[in-house]
Amino acid sequence: MFKKIRDLNRRRDLDVISSLISPGERVLDLGCGDGTFLKQLQDAGAVVQGVELDAELIGRCISNGVPVIQSDLNGKLDFTDDGSFDWVLLSQTIQEMRHPDRLLSRMVQIGHKAAVSVINFGHWSCRMQVFFQGRMPRNSQMPYHWYDTPNIHFSTIKDFRELCRDLEIEILQETPLPARFPRLTDAMPNLFAIGAVFVLKKK
Amino acid sequence: MPLDCGRELKDVNIRYETAGQLNADRSNAVLITHALSGDAHVCGRHTPEDRKPGWWDAMIGPGKYIDTNKYFVICSNIIGSCSGSTGPRSIDPDTGKPYNLNFPVITVRDMVRAEKALIDHLGIKKLLSVVGGSMGGMQVLEWAVNYPESVDCAIPIATACQFSPQNIAFDWVAREAIKADPDFRNGEYSADAPPSRGLGAARMLAHITYLSEETMSRKFGRNLQNKDSYDFDFDFNYDFAVESYLEHQGKRFVERFDANSYFYITRATDYFDLSAHADGDLVKTFALTDAAFLVVSFSSDWLFPTWQSRRLVEAMMKNKLPVSFCEIQSSYGHDAFLLEVDTLGRMIRDFLRHRQEGLKHV
Repeated sequence: MFKKIRDLNRRRDLDVISSLISPGERVLDLGCGDGTFLKQLQDAGAVVQGVELDAELIGRCISNGVPVIQSDLNGKLDFTDDGSFDWVLLSQTIQEMRHPDRLLSRMVQIGHKAAVSVINFGHWSCRMQVFFQGRMPRNSQMPYHWYDTPNIHFSTIKDFRELCRDLEIEILQETPLPARFPRLTDAMPNLFAIGAVFVLKKK
Repeated sequence: MPLDCGRELKDVNIRYETAGQLNADRSNAVLITHALSGDAHVCGRHTPEDRKPGWWDAMIGPGKYIDTNKYFVICSNIIGSCSGSTGPRSIDPDTGKPYNLNFPVITVRDMVRAEKALIDHLGIKKLLSVVGGSMGGMQVLEWAVNYPESVDCAIPIATACQFSPQNIAFDWVAREAIKADPDFRNGEYSADAPPSRGLGAARMLAHITYLSEETMSRKFGRNLQNKDSYDFDFDFNYDFAVESYLEHQGKRFVERFDANSYFYITRATDYFDLSAHADGDLVKTFALTDAAFLVVSFSSDWLFPTWQSRRLVEAMMKNKLPVSFCEIQSSYGHDAFLLEVDTLGRMIRDFLRHRQEGLKHV
């Protein structure tokens, strides 16, 4: 069951992001992995550029025909000018960053708009695990133990909105990603959405 | 041929080799640019008896990463060298004698001018790619900036936008070693009495800069050469394996290289500064090109460290050029560009394949 949710979610957040992007727009994907998603966008007419740290994944990006540069997202991201991309993407990666706040601020400088998909730590199943089992939540989206997880900065949807407010970043659009209950998710995303896609812009 | 120094080079001869077939629309040509001591013999063997194949044979050939079944590969010897193209050893048509130190001072851009003349001569309007490491990478960058209309994509490897003060310093010491050899005679040495000790010392120094501390430690450690204890000799001949290795490298180099050429080529790299195209502004320099780039560096290369490749990548990105960049983890130092064939090769192969497919769509 968890596997299903994960696949569904994976497709959903990238689907939402790709629906935002028009042909001809310049897209920078931070943590682009093997470039499969960027290739889809490229085939649809976007001008894409990936950023990835892992050399093996970089090799696979090149094999997918996607331009990619090696850079650590925990760094300054000063390899490109402000406003040089229409979109800067970050999908399900922000929780791994040392300074999510600095990264978000930099993203809305580089891109006219940023699209960020986040995992919702406030989902009811996470709350249940903490509440009833007294354990840190684990599921298919977060299969790690507390001690070996790369995910060091989890947030809820509410937390994320608050950070954007503090950073003076405008949320142009928020799309909650439902697991099973679409209506409940729309009504109470922080409790029922397994994640969300935010479209952000510098105020 | 006009040169950057203001002089002209007459009767320019270019030695080059090709592998593979040029296709009907002449769109599959890949130029390989060689490093300081390289030559035109890039792949394959001239005769089955040859002891060694070309210098990048592991990378280039039928079915290899740069596949000569698909690409028409060209490699030419740089001018100023001593392996077939016009250089200090060539006869000066004005005097009828070898140039020696009367050879004009050349730049990396001059080398590329000569390569462009060759490409024109071969009837190729646009190269699919120019690929090279170290000083070859400098030529790749000059190609992209000087002849953007003639290059679809460029692959500079283990290189930089300019020679660093440290690089220049090593060259200086190497040349001083040659000058200090009594056989040097201000460049007017005879073919049978070249300044072997000076040139050998220069090569040994340079060879250290091509290796990493890790490679040296692993390969030689503090092992002694053919002995069990220190000599405590006054001749200061080699005790250690690493000394013997360098001695061997120096001797081998002297057999195939010319001291005057070493002067001219190292000087060309000293003078190399790509940003001179835009008064020292590297970002503006890359506004001169529209090539796609694959930039590769190696983690243990301290002669051309990764931060220098990052400077290139940043300048390319700021010009909105399509760029791929990877630092390959390797312990081989600068030499990694010749030794990490598989990791590097796969990237080059895949990059070229997509660039060629892209050309077909246009």
